[in-house]
Amino acid sequence: MTENKPWKEVLDDGTTVIRTNAWSPPGCHPVGCGIKAFVKDGKLLKIEGDPNHPITKGRLCPRCLALKEYVYHPDRITYPMKRAREDRGLDKWERITWDEAWSLIKTETERIKEKYGPEGIVVFEGTGRQPTKTIHPFSTGTLGTPNIAYTQSGWSCYGPRVTITGFVFGAGIPEIDYAGGTPLRYDDPDFVLPKYITIWGKAPLESLADGFWGYSIVEMAKRGTKLITIDPCIRWLGTKAEYNLQLRPGTDAALGLGLLHVIINEDLYDHDFVEKWCYGFDELVERVNEHSVEWAAEITGCDAEDIRAVARILATEHPNSFTWGLAMDQNPNGQQAAHAMMAIVALTGDFDVPGGTYVGVFNDRNNEVGGRLPAELMAKAVGVDEYPALPALLENAHPDIMLECLETDKPYPIRMAWYYSTNLIAPTNSAQPHRWHDALQQKMEFAVATDLFMTPTTMALADLFLPLATFLEQDGMVAPHYEMNPGSIFAINKAISVDECKSDVEIMLHMGHMLNPEGWEGIEKPTDFWANGLARDEDISYEQLKEQTYYLPGLVYRKHEKGLLRPDGQPGFNTPTGLVELYSTIFEHFGEDPLPYYMEPAFSPISRPDLAKKYPLTLTTGKRKITSFHSEHRQIPSLRSIDEDPIATIHPDTAAKYHLKDGDWIWIENDWGRAKERVEVSPIVLPYVVSASHGWWYPEEDGEEPNLYGNWKSNINNLIPHKVIGKLGFGAPYKSGVPCRIYLAETE
Amino acid sequence: MEYGLLIHFEWCTGCHACEVACRNEHDFPIGKYGIKLTEQGPWQYGKNDWEWDYVPITTNLCDMCKDRIDAGEKPACVHHCMAEVMDFGTKEEILKKSAELKGKCMVLFNNK
Repeated sequence: MTENKPWKEVLDDGTTVIRTNAWSPPGCHPVGCGIKAFVKDGKLLKIEGDPNHPITKGRLCPRCLALKEYVYHPDRITYPMKRAREDRGLDKWERITWDEAWSLIKTETERIKEKYGPEGIVVFEGTGRQPTKTIHPFSTGTLGTPNIAYTQSGWSCYGPRVTITGFVFGAGIPEIDYAGGTPLRYDDPDFVLPKYITIWGKAPLESLADGFWGYSIVEMAKRGTKLITIDPCIRWLGTKAEYNLQLRPGTDAALGLGLLHVIINEDLYDHDFVEKWCYGFDELVERVNEHSVEWAAEITGCDAEDIRAVARILATEHPNSFTWGLAMDQNPNGQQAAHAMMAIVALTGDFDVPGGTYVGVFNDRNNEVGGRLPAELMAKAVGVDEYPALPALLENAHPDIMLECLETDKPYPIRMAWYYSTNLIAPTNSAQPHRWHDALQQKMEFAVATDLFMTPTTMALADLFLPLATFLEQDGMVAPHYEMNPGSIFAINKAISVDECKSDVEIMLHMGHMLNPEGWEGIEKPTDFWANGLARDEDISYEQLKEQTYYLPGLVYRKHEKGLLRPDGQPGFNTPTGLVELYSTIFEHFGEDPLPYYMEPAFSPISRPDLAKKYPLTLTTGKRKITSFHSEHRQIPSLRSIDEDPIATIHPDTAAKYHLKDGDWIWIENDWGRAKERVEVSPIVLPYVVSASHGWWYPEEDGEEPNLYGNWKSNINNLIPHKVIGKLGFGAPYKSGVPCRIYLAETE
Repeated sequence: MEYGLLIHFEWCTGCHACEVACRNEHDFPIGKYGIKLTEQGPWQYGKNDWEWDYVPITTNLCDMCKDRIDAGEKPACVHHCMAEVMDFGTKEEILKKSAELKGKCMVLFNNK
């Protein structure tokens, strides 16, 4: 058991050691890994992992270990800069003061609002960084715009899972129970070690996705937990698993229906849980029985006996703990796959039980800060009419419709953009990045970017660059799953300052008081913002949190029995029926099939045999490496020296067929575009799959247009089509696959 | 006192934390290492059976973090190992522990 230690201590030689917890920038999920920052004369000397941290216990991944290289990188931008609109794409930046920056923002914001209305402004969000917690108060509370826009086609990251969890469970996102919220951790008497952990479409070790400490899977496996992985790629964890269901990309919903078929028809389900807490069981049975396990095997390419064996384990070997990943988001059929998985969690009875799938609490408490916009203005957010299910919980514009709006000025012109920690034209969070680039570069009358390094996006599109502070340079707070799957809360304690950099929250507060002073009354300093969230439902003040560096409120199981999921405090779920909706009345309300169903990927060889002749392989993107966070960290020497180039993994049979070998540069190509990556030959992928890396650009190359740091060369999002999404507007085929061909690129 | 490392590589995930932690501690330039990850596999030998191991190996530059040990700390690689697969101790301690561990492991001595 670890102990809370003072947040600050001074060593004999005068070095100050600050205990803090990592989030972003540099980009990462909100894991809150424990850090000791050694500081002397205001300079960071070194970083160590904090052994007193209850989860990470001194461990750090290479990204935080290389933090000093990031903080003091010679290319880091540490003061505000501006550039004339006609110089977009050229390195003609001029250093200015913050006062000049504020004044420019105020003048331009007021001018744009006067001319185009507040909806003429859009705030673009990236992923993982702190703006995931500040984008609502920043956009609505300072700029006054309803156009909050994540740009990834089909909003294909986390949002779809948040939404389906809200619709079906009426709760916050579920996660593996890793005893995260208790000081005794795995030795807590209330905790039960999962007998099995099932990892569905996720790379928890490489990504630490969503703030879940993925290494807890290794910790529990060492204690005897067995693993099941469901993934088109056999990952390292998969090689330690009892079963790998290596399914064809994008067929997750069919697999889910197959697993349910076994659980229901072999009468393995938890009758008590179904009777008490589930809605629509009979309808689900009917749906599941439209097909057989053999059908699921045929669709997915998995062995029918393996599907049966896994289903039997899930239903009889308790507790099983599920985690799910981007496979549920980056697939137009992903909501149905997610719905099926949630039905499995419910039917097996491992719902919010010790060692089972721990259910979160929905949290949008920061969204209120700065005041709400009138409903009629929020209703102007782009794409709300076409895809009303998307803003239901996310309160966002629709990404694909946003692109069309930027290109056509329909339903109205947008003329000011704020790039809020996003590198959207790099191969991160858009499809067809050329289209975003062209529309934004040509149409915006004023554009601001907040970031730490010049990126392809800021170089091409911004007029004003505001330099951000890293987490070492600010006071804040971080909790896994963006505070939605609680169990642990960590303080971010300021250790150093770097030149004129400001944190996201500092910038937001200044903007708030400048543009909307009434909305921000009483929120004077960054800690007021974080304390506001804490005060709502945690038994600790911000000052206490800072002092003790972390807080473990304890785990509460079976929250639905205790009235903890509903605003009225009654037992049950915060859904229209008050139950887990195996038959989703909310899907039905939005015109979607209320039950899970399988939809063949739109461009698979089955759907489009014509395309398959030209493009016989299937591309999936988003292959993870621990040395980068999406498009970040490419300029960090220790990290780049480990992973120097974008890697595309192909099967040995495919390599032989195309006469390719390890290290060859290839073009991956389809009708939408092409990207250049390096071959890795490995049997971990299916023979017809190309598993490609995302996030690649080359900070060492010429940054000006048209090269933009080599932004278009390895831009895997060139190959992802626009608006190939699910019926409710969620999910795009980053992971469910698009057709491609590969060929040797000329050596450079 | 002769020290050694015990690496329970059955669970080494190949995260490279040991390499970067070591570089920080010793200020090695890019391309030089006190400890370096090696890889075996991945290859398949049965329906659900795979060989895929990562093993970190110390180099001639490794001094078993003498300064840290003198200060009562763990070597930088052991301290930061994400999968907690590295142990440091005297030769006797390491040999004893290795005999008790389940799964594949390796002992590394730096006899000089």
